[in-house]
Amino acid sequence: MGIAELAFYAFSMSTLIGGIFTVVSRNPVHSVLWLILAFLSAAGLFVLLGAEFVAMLLIIVYVGAVAVLFLFVVMMLDVDFAELKAEMAKYLPLGLLIGVIVLMQLMFAFGVWDYSTGYEGRLAAEIGTGTNTAELGAIIYDDYILIFQLSGLILLVAMIGAIVLTLRHRVDIKRQDVVAQMMRDPAKAMELKDVKPGQGL
Amino acid sequence: MIGLEHYLAVAAALFVIGIFGLFLNRKNIIILLMSIELMLLSVNINFVAFSAYLNDYVGQIFTLFVLTVAAAEAAIGLAILVCFFRNKGSIDVEDVNVMKG
Repeated sequence: MGIAELAFYAFSMSTLIGGIFTVVSRNPVHSVLWLILAFLSAAGLFVLLGAEFVAMLLIIVYVGAVAVLFLFVVMMLDVDFAELKAEMAKYLPLGLLIGVIVLMQLMFAFGVWDYSTGYEGRLAAEIGTGTNTAELGAIIYDDYILIFQLSGLILLVAMIGAIVLTLRHRVDIKRQDVVAQMMRDPAKAMELKDVKPGQGL
Repeated sequence: MIGLEHYLAVAAALFVIGIFGLFLNRKNIIILLMSIELMLLSVNINFVAFSAYLNDYVGQIFTLFVLTVAAAEAAIGLAILVCFFRNKGSIDVEDVNVMKG
């Protein structure tokens, strides 16, 4: 068994173990950490497939942004997770049944599929000899520029939506009033009084 | 040499784990969102595996777009979750009945 096979089996095992413990873990913080393991080992699988750019993107976007977002939300919200987990055993048989059925269906599909004849002539963007990132960038900016811009728009809309949803204006706290600070007259701000000794104001 | 079917089997198993998670954590929206992320990851593995074995870049490009949409979906979903928790004080799916749908 070569090093590539060994790496494949190691990465796929840790991906699947990460996925399983994400789902069954009792503590949601542990769930997020297992999810990070699954993403990292999936990135390893992508490197084995020669898709370095997607692998690095997976680490940056998923591990760096999405998983940290999950971690923030899990830690910020004061949720009684023990109560939410209490009924987990009730759904276990149904979940297992549906999981096994879907897995069998997918395996049936994998057993019989085949390439259609002459697929080599219908490739849209053949993988050349350059580096993965450079070739991918050329294709994205040449052929898929519209979808690329639209996905940027999706991210913008998501960002604005998330801010609008979570922003709240609290009335019971002190805030900085910039206009009042700038329009303040220094001459009226302070008054000097000559206090006679022993008399007070 | 590892064949394409190996990658497809890993992706299928991961997808089934995601579905299993949806059923197992019926009440906890955070784990539901994580299960959806796992399912999207398995789709990405399929895309990249086919891209590598067909010698075609389009699979990897679609992976980028799936990744974008998944990130946007996670952000919006968690924002809705935070908003819901502020109003209701819980993240139980069965409490989501304001619209009586």
